[in-house]
Amino acid sequence: MKTLKWISVGACALAPAVAMGTTLETVQSRDSVRCGVNAAQPGFSSLDDNDTYRGLDTDVCRAIAAAALGDASKVDFVPLDSVERFTALQSGEVDVLSRTTTWTSSRDTTQGMHFTGVSYYDGQTFMVASDLGVQSAEELDGAAVCTQSGTTSELNLSDYFRIHDMSYDAVVFDSPEQSIAGFEAGRCDVLSSDASQLYAQRMQLADPNMAVVLPEIISKEPLGPAVRQGDDQWFNIVKWSLFAMLNAEELDVSSSNIDEHADSDNPDIARLLGQDGNFGEGMGLNADWAYQIIKQVGNYAEMFDRNVGADSNFKIARGLNALWRDGGIQYAPPIR
Amino acid sequence: MIHNQTMIDQRPAPSNTLGPMAWLRANLFSSPLNTLFTLVGLYILYLLVVPTIQWAFINADWIGTTRADCSREGACWVFVNARFTQFIYGLYPRSEIWRANIVFGGFFTLIAWLAIPRLPLKRWVAVFALVGFPVVAYVLLHGGYFDLPRVPTHRWGGLMLTLLLASVGMIGALPIGIVLALGRRSNMPIVKSFCVIFIEFWRGVPLITVLFMASVMLPLFLPSGISVDRLVRALIGLTLFQSAYMAEVIRGGLQAIPKGQEEAAAALGMTYWKRMGLIVLPQALKMMIPGIVNTFISLFKDTTLVMIIGLFDLLGIVQAALSDSNWLGFSLEGYVFAAFVFWIFCFSMSRYSQYLERKLNTGHKR
Repeated sequence: MKTLKWISVGACALAPAVAMGTTLETVQSRDSVRCGVNAAQPGFSSLDDNDTYRGLDTDVCRAIAAAALGDASKVDFVPLDSVERFTALQSGEVDVLSRTTTWTSSRDTTQGMHFTGVSYYDGQTFMVASDLGVQSAEELDGAAVCTQSGTTSELNLSDYFRIHDMSYDAVVFDSPEQSIAGFEAGRCDVLSSDASQLYAQRMQLADPNMAVVLPEIISKEPLGPAVRQGDDQWFNIVKWSLFAMLNAEELDVSSSNIDEHADSDNPDIARLLGQDGNFGEGMGLNADWAYQIIKQVGNYAEMFDRNVGADSNFKIARGLNALWRDGGIQYAPPIR
Repeated sequence: MIHNQTMIDQRPAPSNTLGPMAWLRANLFSSPLNTLFTLVGLYILYLLVVPTIQWAFINADWIGTTRADCSREGACWVFVNARFTQFIYGLYPRSEIWRANIVFGGFFTLIAWLAIPRLPLKRWVAVFALVGFPVVAYVLLHGGYFDLPRVPTHRWGGLMLTLLLASVGMIGALPIGIVLALGRRSNMPIVKSFCVIFIEFWRGVPLITVLFMASVMLPLFLPSGISVDRLVRALIGLTLFQSAYMAEVIRGGLQAIPKGQEEAAAALGMTYWKRMGLIVLPQALKMMIPGIVNTFISLFKDTTLVMIIGLFDLLGIVQAALSDSNWLGFSLEGYVFAAFVFWIFCFSMSRYSQYLERKLNTGHKR
């Protein structure tokens, strides 16, 4: 095992060095972005009836393709397991990893990868049966809590209850399917997991309205796209693709009204859409890179609502993912 | 003096020794204890079967296209219906599905041709199935020739991928297994030790490790720019792994053939390959049919492990469909469908092997 570890460390160190040509050149000559995604994560990346990947993570890939190639459909989605995702990125099998990956210091510093931003602020929370009338997690003293074994959820849970000086009974399951079945069968009063997963699990109940997700978030799980280290140009493209969507939301530019802004008086919009100055040049892109993202994929609000928010089956509130001016923490540096 | 005797008409046997009633009495109600067991057994069966039938058929929803068409009182087969094309072909472009259909058609025709005894030209059909058909199937499925658009392998999936993995694995593993088994019994030290090491290595590691190595470690060792297709990696891993198992099954058969057979063949002046090909192997393979088919069936089911390297076989594509937010909560239907399809294939393989055993039986059955 130790040898294996050293081999993989060695290989990780080598991987960026052996990459030939820039990622952008590779992507342009291949005419598609290879994007590592989750094979099955409701709301983030899942296959619809027509063989198309839908979800927030996959829309991030489309935005990158729109910026780099001018066509959001030029994405090859590569479904990756949670173990092989880092290798796939390091070995160059994928150009970008957008697979509900939590940004942590160890991944950022030792896996040969760079996170480019946060596409979704996730965090652990609680779901309770609505007829219990519980409004806040602080009323959960003495509750039986269903959770999944071997996850950080289990540790966060015990920390949270200890800090708040409350007691609980843990009922541990192996998989999300089992834990929601246990919750539905009344094995526990509370189900605890990451918010994004809880909303998906809630959909699996016979009557989703029988349960509510509580507002408290007890852990930090910032999810975002990541690229290989050693190619700053590509790093910038992925980073600014997401920032462009956030800036567009802030300026109220969406896919439906973008063409009304063709000759905008607002200098911020003019800069975003490439009418004033060429801000794509520094990344090796066309001046209309952000226009293509917004026109073809939409701004951040559209992407969020379509996949996990108000227009989706999950109806997840924006919460932390709202713009900074609306009480959330999504904040993008300006384009200028 | 002859009495004019009239024979008594034949009468049926007493009703308590014949017919279903008698069978019931003899087998199910022969003693108070047996009667009790029968009744308890029937009750348990009733408890299991009635809700299953109600769930799967009576209360089930069959027609529709969306989640709203399901009452959720019973099974929602609408889900399987809406996803059927995906379950069979994976992400294969819908406009190119005719190509996959031709391959499917050819595949089942060839199997039927080889399996039904009355049909002629067996030898030529077999040669075509092993040599010509794979090439035709590759050209059709992969494309890139004769103006057929290319369909990259990451779009292949579903039952098509499962059958592809299983048949390539079987067709590849059998000959490699035979060679390895012969090699392991060889007197030549290098050949022998190579075969022993090969078999013991591949048999000693779990298949999941082989697939992981192929998908996680291998790309790191290859120079950048050279990437072996995921499907090819999985096929090679699966074939080598199964050939080691096959080798041991066949070696078991070789050991069961009395040494006299080979010695007699040698006495007739036959070369090694003639002794093996004409005398020993036909007997050994016939005897090992149950073991070989056993390995085939386990290989067929092992193909589901390719899910971990991001290939959507039948089970993988069903699981992917289960996470579509429009179809959350129908996992039971999905898994029942996958299990049913797997059962059909494994059960047919098992029945065919039993038929083959009977057909090839030359009275030496021990």
